[in-house]
Amino acid sequence: MKLFWEYILPRVVQWFVVIFVGVTVTFLIPRLSPNNPVDSAIGRLTGFQTINPEATLAMRESLLDMYGLEGTLFEQYARFWGRILKGDLGPSFTSFPTPVTSMIGTGLGWTIGLLGTSILISWVLGLVLGSLAGYFRHARWAKLLEGAVITVYPVPYYILAFILLILFTFYFPLFPLVGGARGTPAFTWEYISSVLYFGFLPALSIVIGGTAFRFIMSKALASTEVTSDYVQYADLAAIPKRKILFFYVIRNTMLPQITDLALTLGAIFEGALITEIVFGYPGIGYVLFNAINTADYNVIMGITLLSIVGIATASLLVDLMYPLFDPRVRLK
Amino acid sequence: MFITIRDLLRFSVSFRIGSILLSLTVLLVVLSFLSPYEPDDRRAVERNEPPSVEYLFGTTSQGQDVFWMLTFGVRNSLIIAGIAVVIGRGIGVVLGMISGYIGGTVDRVLSAIVDSFIVIPRLPLLILVASILRGQITIFALALLIGFLDWAFPSKRYRSQILTLRERDFTQTAVFSGMNTWKIVIQEHLPFIIPFLLADVVSGFLFAIGVEVTLSILGLGDLDTQTIGSMIYWGNYYQALLTHKIWVLAAPIIASVVVVVGFYLVSIGLGEYLDPRKRLVRLQVKE
Repeated sequence: MKLFWEYILPRVVQWFVVIFVGVTVTFLIPRLSPNNPVDSAIGRLTGFQTINPEATLAMRESLLDMYGLEGTLFEQYARFWGRILKGDLGPSFTSFPTPVTSMIGTGLGWTIGLLGTSILISWVLGLVLGSLAGYFRHARWAKLLEGAVITVYPVPYYILAFILLILFTFYFPLFPLVGGARGTPAFTWEYISSVLYFGFLPALSIVIGGTAFRFIMSKALASTEVTSDYVQYADLAAIPKRKILFFYVIRNTMLPQITDLALTLGAIFEGALITEIVFGYPGIGYVLFNAINTADYNVIMGITLLSIVGIATASLLVDLMYPLFDPRVRLK
Repeated sequence: MFITIRDLLRFSVSFRIGSILLSLTVLLVVLSFLSPYEPDDRRAVERNEPPSVEYLFGTTSQGQDVFWMLTFGVRNSLIIAGIAVVIGRGIGVVLGMISGYIGGTVDRVLSAIVDSFIVIPRLPLLILVASILRGQITIFALALLIGFLDWAFPSKRYRSQILTLRERDFTQTAVFSGMNTWKIVIQEHLPFIIPFLLADVVSGFLFAIGVEVTLSILGLGDLDTQTIGSMIYWGNYYQALLTHKIWVLAAPIIASVVVVVGFYLVSIGLGEYLDPRKRLVRLQVKE
């Protein structure tokens, strides 16, 4: 019960605050823009393509609604919330009258699949490699590995993905240029293998980026861990190195990394958006890219809102799972 | 100051490499003022020339010399990042200080807001703003945007730093010997915050350059000004890859890697120098 009051409740309150702040910011941003975005958007759209009049009217309505140009700011805000709570994000402009939610829905599965696997792989890889490099910090391979990681870590995600794309689809055509899978979705070996084949390169780019960050964190933590008394003692007591590594070092470096995972989820998600754009992977990032190119504001807003809610919820779940790992919280 | 830099160059490998890379960057920026062409010149040189002695990094299909384009691009990207860092750190330091020194309810409310901003993914928000302002965004507007979205993490860090500083013995001593608050903050605490700020400024730079490149490539930056990102955008736009003109894209890609890795390595070197715990690890007898 004490755990609930002192640990779980504040986290849940935090979650509500995040959602509230996120939705409010998303609501306010278009209002801070200096020009009248409605007319410029409509002008931009009708300048290059013909849209049927109904769509234009609906778009004007929706845009007016979105930019708060009818009613007072507060009325607008209340209506905005009302629509979000109903799960209504309005229609897409370019593929009118498809609702935004269904457009996002088609991409969501791909994104979650890609993200889930890549996060898991990069988290474990970074943790184990970083701890190893921290434990054997005078070994030559550890220094080499660290050098490589330090070079990769600061490079912007996009550049990293783009280099991989140029290398493995253009100069060494091992992987496909765009797409998520071949054939019709079914539980056949052919389809599933094609999913893996198409997803390999996008996943690899996220894994490289994510592992680099994780590696640096784990190595720093493991280095302080190694100089601690109990590890020194275990060393003197001739406990096998493998055991020390997994039961003393990694177990202790894991804990801060779990909380940290919650904080970096957002960054990884942003990386995934870019990855999908670069590799033409049919997830949310690709939907977003098309929306940017056609100035489909409703879709952009929808994805912004969804990403805020999604990331906040994922962070909450990670935080709520934390007591299962940390004995200090458990004792409470 | 000079002795410190000399020692760093002598003993820290990462600082040495980082300084070399940053010197290259500075050289490019300086050269941009000596460019024989205007930044927007088209058809100034032969088109589609591969890299040669005359055209160091080749030329584009629009008849621009990639090398001189790159000098402008690096300069503008650094200007954007610089402004963004100043704004973001300004907000971060002020909020962190308010939270740390005032404490109580103010601190709790501010911390809740800051924590929620940390969780919110920034890229979709940036894309939303940039797509609303599409076509009218200048490099300064872009810098403002990036700066306004990069203050949450720094402010959290400063707050925790200040909280630990407040508990230290020397602070108590200063309070009991009758120093006023401003004096304590400026004379006693600032020297501790500054090394921290340095490392933070570098991470801000990395973030800002990354965001600028990403937004420009999506076509949401200031596409009429040469930046690293807009060079890649136009390279893709004119199908540089499919027409086998890889040098048009290679120049900005390599430049961006050089700039960010340079900044990062220098910050690692500084961090090693400033962090007493790391010094102890270094002094230990090698196994």
